[in-house]
Amino acid sequence: SSPSPGDTSVLAGLYGPAEVKGSKELPDRAALEVLLRPKVGLPGVIEHSREQLLRQTCEAVVLGTLHPRTAITLVLQVLSDAGSLLACCLNAACMGLLDAGLPLSSLFCGVTCALDPNGAIVLDPTTRQEQEARAVLTFAIDSAERKVLMATTKGSCSVEEMQQCLAAAQRAADTIFQFYRDSVRRRYSKS
Amino acid sequence: MKATPLSNCERRFLLRAIEERKRLDGRQCYDYRNVRISFGADYGCCIVELGKTRVLAQVSCELVPPKPNRPTEGILFFNLELSPMAAPGFEPGRQSELLVKLNRLIERCLRNSKCVDTESLCIIAGEKVWQIRLDLHLLNHDGNIIDAASIAGIVALCHFRRPDVSVQGEEVTVYTPEERDPVPLSIHHMPVCVSFAFFQQGTYLLVDPSECEERVMDGLLVIAMNKHREICTIQSSGGIMLVKDQVLRCSKITAVKVAEITELIQKALENDQKVRKEGGKFGFAESIPNQKITAFKIERAAIDTNNVEEQAEEIIAKADPPSEVFAKPILHTPGTAQIGEGIENSWGDLEESEREEAAEEEGEIEAAAFECQKMETEDTSTMSETKKDEPIVLSDSEEEEVIILEPQEVPKKTRTQTNSKQENTSKKAFNKRRKKKRAAY
Repeated sequence: SSPSPGDTSVLAGLYGPAEVKGSKELPDRAALEVLLRPKVGLPGVIEHSREQLLRQTCEAVVLGTLHPRTAITLVLQVLSDAGSLLACCLNAACMGLLDAGLPLSSLFCGVTCALDPNGAIVLDPTTRQEQEARAVLTFAIDSAERKVLMATTKGSCSVEEMQQCLAAAQRAADTIFQFYRDSVRRRYSKS
Repeated sequence: MKATPLSNCERRFLLRAIEERKRLDGRQCYDYRNVRISFGADYGCCIVELGKTRVLAQVSCELVPPKPNRPTEGILFFNLELSPMAAPGFEPGRQSELLVKLNRLIERCLRNSKCVDTESLCIIAGEKVWQIRLDLHLLNHDGNIIDAASIAGIVALCHFRRPDVSVQGEEVTVYTPEERDPVPLSIHHMPVCVSFAFFQQGTYLLVDPSECEERVMDGLLVIAMNKHREICTIQSSGGIMLVKDQVLRCSKITAVKVAEITELIQKALENDQKVRKEGGKFGFAESIPNQKITAFKIERAAIDTNNVEEQAEEIIAKADPPSEVFAKPILHTPGTAQIGEGIENSWGDLEESEREEAAEEEGEIEAAAFECQKMETEDTSTMSETKKDEPIVLSDSEEEEVIILEPQEVPKKTRTQTNSKQENTSKKAFNKRRKKKRAAY
């Protein structure tokens, strides 16, 4: 699957649950591995840290105990980056999990908020807006009760501002989940 | 993940079909699959689909000092990656033979053929030249990676625009895309690879093998040619013995195929150029939905954020206030801080003497506030807001007594709380070891 807000594009590919090499095997649940590949150059530290964030979010949602001693590999390739990359990766990951038919306890979506120096909230910022912003916050919101699965921030903001961004992200999540629903419906009605 | 092996009956089926001049997807022996080229939003980014095999190419450039033995030439760097999403058998970080072979072929095809003019990449001889880097990512493997990769590579190089540069004496000015239009690379010719798969010791020949056909083939012949019928690279692998007129026949077929593919490339580049000039939208976000029925796209959606502030205030009012349990950070010496005290040592009487010493030293240490503290308490209160129900207790560090030695150098004061905790851990481990040495005397 390949969601693209604006011009940011991420392609997700999923393999699993499949056989896993001895050392990585977990006896009671599936071992989830996330690989994020940038467009230019070799994966660096920032890709690894994003991989960990994605992995923890996915592990919270995937019912791994249904497939013990297997491995689920999720590969994300960045096709183009024009801002809000982490949110795009989250959306791609969720749609990949959905399309592959893995058992999930809920869906999730990623939303990025930027706080510009005046304090106004900008959802889904472009690269330029992210650079000029005072703080950039990314949330992973789940579909069951709009709770927060993952939150990461860059820059400084006050507690109230963070709560406001969170509330705005929860609103945006509604639109994104509707988009998931429509695209899945479309996919299965045509094929 | 392990790749599924090909079963014997599949192998036999494929070979029998090839003997009868039939292919699984209904193609003729010399037919290529559909080639589709789409461009991304930035210059130098493209995706090439050869049937189901997909390759993503991205070109980027950088100013570097040149190689010492070639001071007037720019540097070309090629990198092909087999993404784990291409096939279940591809694992990250494993240098397989296939990867090395493909990389070498791409290098020979694009670098040794001198299709890109490296002299034009030089800015100041011996000091600054452009390094052009081509990254190829294989997104899906359905056979014939080398052809798709070579097409993607040459298309990306033709599509790429580097920033304009002007030199005045010793001064070099690099213009941003807003100041001056970026300049295309100077490409002499476009080499394209064509692969031939041989079966039954060279009796049967197929052009553009798919993945199953590749698994049962005896040998592979790759010819890279440009539209002027010049062979840039030729490589035969697999140990098959080829007769001279077989090779000549293949090169004739290559000439025909390359002419078709080059025409397709030119058309694609022109289309993209036209769209960009007219100011239309370009990039994958535009091209992919139009090509696929299963793709879906929504326009920018406005979110109603009017009541956001009130909702946020409600949440803050309802949430428990951040608990007072977490202690203020204590500054021992410049650059070393501690949050929370250690709990009782559960190792028994082994450390009794050390405990006494520790008690003495801790008495001497003063607590002082510094600018870090404010940032840290703000951080901790933000963290407690996210998990509204459980207050975070930061004082249960599992470390033992803290003995602080004078640090050698003064690290920067702007550390966040997690950093200072980690630093504490490492410093404590270090100190513990020092302590044990002291006890040994």
